[in-house]
Amino acid sequence: MSTARPVDLGMPSVRPQHASPSSRLRGAEGFPAAARRETQDATLRANLAHATGTIRAKRAGAVREVRDWQKLRDAGSAIKWQVTDHLPEMLERLEASVQAAGGTVHWARDAEEAGDIVTSLVLERGAEQVLKIKSMATQEIGLDETLAHAGVRAIESDLAELIVQLAGDTPSHILVPAIHRNRAEIREIFLAAMPDLSPDITDDPAELAGAARRFLREQFLDLTGGVAISGGNFAVAETGTVVIVESEGNGRMCLTLPKTLISVVGIEKIVPTFQDLEVFLQLLPRSSTGERMNPYTSLFTGVHEGDGPEEFHLVLLDNGRTAVLEDPEGRSALHCIRCSACLNVCPVYERAGGHAYGSTYPGPIGAILSPQMTGMHGPDDPNATLPYASSLCGACYDVCPVKIDIPSILVHLRAKGVDERRETRGQFHGTWDVAMQGMSRLMSSPRLYDTAVRSAGLAGRVKRSGNIGRLPSALPVIPGWTDHRDLPTPHQSFRSWWKDREKGEARGQEQGEHDEEGTA
Amino acid sequence: MSGHGSSAAGRAWHHDERPVRTPGMSAKEEILARARAALAVPRRDAITEEADVPRAYMRADDRSETATDPAKVRDMLVRRIEDYEAAVTRTERAQLPAAIAAALAEAASLVVPPELPGEWTAGIEQRIVRDDGALGPRELDGIDAVLTGCHTAIAATGTIVLRADGLGGRRVLSLVPDLHVVVVEAEQVALGVPRAIERMAADPTAAWTMISGPSATSDIELERVEGVHGPRRLHVILVEDPPPADTTASTEA
Repeated sequence: MSTARPVDLGMPSVRPQHASPSSRLRGAEGFPAAARRETQDATLRANLAHATGTIRAKRAGAVREVRDWQKLRDAGSAIKWQVTDHLPEMLERLEASVQAAGGTVHWARDAEEAGDIVTSLVLERGAEQVLKIKSMATQEIGLDETLAHAGVRAIESDLAELIVQLAGDTPSHILVPAIHRNRAEIREIFLAAMPDLSPDITDDPAELAGAARRFLREQFLDLTGGVAISGGNFAVAETGTVVIVESEGNGRMCLTLPKTLISVVGIEKIVPTFQDLEVFLQLLPRSSTGERMNPYTSLFTGVHEGDGPEEFHLVLLDNGRTAVLEDPEGRSALHCIRCSACLNVCPVYERAGGHAYGSTYPGPIGAILSPQMTGMHGPDDPNATLPYASSLCGACYDVCPVKIDIPSILVHLRAKGVDERRETRGQFHGTWDVAMQGMSRLMSSPRLYDTAVRSAGLAGRVKRSGNIGRLPSALPVIPGWTDHRDLPTPHQSFRSWWKDREKGEARGQEQGEHDEEGTA
Repeated sequence: MSGHGSSAAGRAWHHDERPVRTPGMSAKEEILARARAALAVPRRDAITEEADVPRAYMRADDRSETATDPAKVRDMLVRRIEDYEAAVTRTERAQLPAAIAAALAEAASLVVPPELPGEWTAGIEQRIVRDDGALGPRELDGIDAVLTGCHTAIAATGTIVLRADGLGGRRVLSLVPDLHVVVVEAEQVALGVPRAIERMAADPTAAWTMISGPSATSDIELERVEGVHGPRRLHVILVEDPPPADTTASTEA
């Protein structure tokens, strides 16, 4: 044993861990391939363009009327930094507060552990079905499927989630999960899944919502004695209060009717004090639905005697969050309050849609959150493509209510991916480095460069549209560049264009001098 | 152990590296140790302490909150509640029972929380069920309307804040019936969210419900539809003395 090194006699060295591979955080294919397919879907693109455009405009109006909006963002950002900087103490404080209020706190290191905790709680209470409130954390850990394996049916109570569930689909937007379905499709889904529904029903949204109301109310009213599962928007360390922000009232149903309530909440959802809610309850609704306030916000603390559940269980979920925390340049991704404003302003999301990201967390925030939660394991990892799913236009940063600098983190993650691949696997020595060396040789010799450009046979690659499509990667000049970009056809080489321009300018100057003489 | 890993089946790309759990360590110990290890990597800026949070936004003690004419604040509350397609009646105290009776005219039955002032329902002829804490959701589903008081109202957002107490009622009371009539007293009206949270913070562990308009969804093609699960109609009765007619006349001029 070396005596030169400090000997660690204390706790075994624990490292942050990435999310379980079973988590819904990674698609089967990378973003470029998925986006190529998704963008072919004309219905999806039309729905998305309509939806994102509408919410963008609403949000802008709701934000414009708040005079101190930027100061609220500053406060929101700082409070979230305060939480990440002191996360261990905050978590212990939250646990103590919840316990003091009669709740039980469970800790889940990963998706499997969270699934096991919830499944055991449900089975111990003899429930064969549970009612759920839309929750990204439970979507992330695949809780519905885990419960189904244990013979428990999870019923989504949110209208959009119900549509998605009845269609056997996955959500495509944080806030409007069924954004990819139009009214005619939803009518078909309801007719197939609700046996009592009359075929006379039209595709009027009010009628469809009425059908869902009747369908779900039956489930709610029999919930007494049952179990409901929720997520949580905020958990107050100081008081143990859990806050649920919603529109429809299904959340209120789940929070008040069952005997047992289980809330699965990520460890980053903490706010330090009750008073801090004055910031987030202003930032979230306006950023999210573009309303001054969402219809219903519930704040509850542990168990309330004579009102609501007799048992409250809070499951605190890590599942890759501490891995995000480990990177000081990327950890502010944990500050996200899931408003979805960044999705609605993103030109890439607007066209590709949520499914292309392959994760529970789509859009710009997903592009920085998912790869950090799962890790990027080499160039074939679908999540290694997510940091490139952006044009770095910066609109996401402008609208983020807690000022997460998404573009900088995207760039940081791109660099991180490149560094890891170069240092640990030497993958670039084979292709990229050789290409770069070749480029350097070519570009330092005008004669060699001319020859290469001519011999590349650009003319043969010209599409009918007049654009250049995908070029073979053998072309040494720009390997991979044309995989996702069309180039306009150049009519001449840059060098000959430059020569012409020089000549033209010389002529133009002479011309200008003559004009001046003429007008003087 | 429950079933998992099914999502990875049939995927082109595989990554099976399960997160490590340290034997002999509880989940709590391990998550806290992971977080401490993660935070041991310092960030570029100084860490943020509670005192570092910039509170330059309009807080509860802001002049806009403390010095704005209360009548103007109430005007804003009314406009913003109406923006949610909810009904508002402004009344003076003497007319309150009549205003409540009018709001409930179409309801055949009514449920009220246990400590609702008796004079509020003086003008009601329908069946009144006073909640004794034992009413189940099925029984509530058979009642047309609920009448409650309020704890705080927020003018800037058109929000009603209910505390689950003898006046606001159990949370389920204001949820299941299809019409919710709520009485707001002038002194309960705050201008902004911070003042409302300050009032709520006096009793933070109560069960609170903040209501902004009737239940709504925009899940189908973003078209707003009222009443998916909660009450489809919300009717706010604002009690003002001196009478509101004079107040509005002087402020709107």
